[in-house]
Amino acid sequence: MAITASVIGLFLVLRRSSLFGDALSHVAFGGIAVGLVANVYPLWTALGFSALGALGITKLRQSTKIPADATVAILLSSGLAFGILLVSLSGGFTLDLFSFLFGSILLVSVSDTLAILAMTGAILAIVIVLYRQLMYITFDEEQAKVSGLHIAPLNYLFVVLASIAVVVSMRLVGILLVSALIVIPNVTALLLGKGFKKTALISVLVSVLSVMTGIAISYAFNLAPAGTIVLVSTGAFLITLAAKYSTKKKVSEKLIEETKS
Amino acid sequence: MQVVEIDRVSYAYSGNLVLDSISFSIAEGDILGMIGPNGAGKTTLFSCMLGLLGGYSGTIKIFDEDIRKNKKVFGSVGYMPQRKSIETNFPATAEEVVSLGITSRRISKERIAGALEIVGMLEHKDRRVGELSGGQQQRVLIAKAIANDPKLLILDEPALGIDLESQNRFYSLLKKLNQEKKITIIWASHDLDAVNRLASRVACINRSMFFHGETHEFFENPDLLKAYSESSMQAHMHLHDHG
Repeated sequence: MAITASVIGLFLVLRRSSLFGDALSHVAFGGIAVGLVANVYPLWTALGFSALGALGITKLRQSTKIPADATVAILLSSGLAFGILLVSLSGGFTLDLFSFLFGSILLVSVSDTLAILAMTGAILAIVIVLYRQLMYITFDEEQAKVSGLHIAPLNYLFVVLASIAVVVSMRLVGILLVSALIVIPNVTALLLGKGFKKTALISVLVSVLSVMTGIAISYAFNLAPAGTIVLVSTGAFLITLAAKYSTKKKVSEKLIEETKS
Repeated sequence: MQVVEIDRVSYAYSGNLVLDSISFSIAEGDILGMIGPNGAGKTTLFSCMLGLLGGYSGTIKIFDEDIRKNKKVFGSVGYMPQRKSIETNFPATAEEVVSLGITSRRISKERIAGALEIVGMLEHKDRRVGELSGGQQQRVLIAKAIANDPKLLILDEPALGIDLESQNRFYSLLKKLNQEKKITIIWASHDLDAVNRLASRVACINRSMFFHGETHEFFENPDLLKAYSESSMQAHMHLHDHG
């Protein structure tokens, strides 16, 4: 889950769509509510809603001049509102619903795990195969189009992969915090990485270490795993930021000293 | 051989006629300087030529192929759009960005290195492209445009926003690419001095074709220069009035 969130998240952050993951998770909430009410496995309904929402918003962005952040807000709020409405009609919040909102790694069943593993493998395989194309459309869509890439299908495929990554990650940190898992390790990696591939690998490393450390701490101190994971990830980002700017400051001061002597 | 043939191309957008029956051709080995005021339609014409815009009337042929019928011709075309600064955060190295210009499945490191060497950026290949200066980024983008060994290079105001030294270096590079690698170049520019020095032919457009011919025919004709200058002022005032 950490791996797919970070890999997909790098493209989202660079496309300035960091909150797109948040929007997808809120739409997925609507899908989960449908699943719980209709007694269908919520993961599948969440996937369906999230993917449809992602495709719809992508089409809206491409066909109209509505700003990107506004489309994210539309998706986020309407998905959440739909879910809340459905929940209120069906009798209120249940333990199942709370586990999706706040994450429930301890409640992940064997069937969940297998499904998540299969989806993770599929996402990684597709990203590895289409890595250059995805990097190109992230860098400059216009130039990518001139070079012969089919931009619209690639964008649609990417947002479907993003929606799968979000739904898969929801089990770990919940709907409310999934965007943190997508964004924070990548922002940390961008401070460190030199090169697209290296940055992606660093992001995966940071993400996996944050998750493992967060789970260990939450177990040791009986804390909520989702919150602990995200705070560990945030801590890693702040430490990296401080270290980077401290290094830059020292180098600048040294250069100035050298000019004085 | 005519590398590019534009035949009565017109294009309208949101009720405005942006291109009005433009016709010209470019022979192999030419450097065509495309000039015109802001809003003249240069970028729109390039977009039509590169298959980024459909919906135009008329015909555009590249290497004798109608681009509506055969998109494979773009495999031999290198393109550098009007410069937008690259995000400082973008983590790709110069080498990775140049590799994007190669359309074949097999990415040859030698080819990438060759392209970077031609533009004088080989020593910076491992630097993040977002951290390079404007002039250096521009050279990396040129390297990307030539990495696929194009026979035609289309450049949209490539010297915009970069310092004078970088501009001069860039113009020398253009000349080198044309003379040593025999690349045909179409280059939109506001720098009349540079166009006069480097281009073998000039196309001047302001929605319609104002002039097309040998460079010296344009720059040695005071009436043409005056008319161009006046049309530039009119276009400037039009843009100013309409915000």
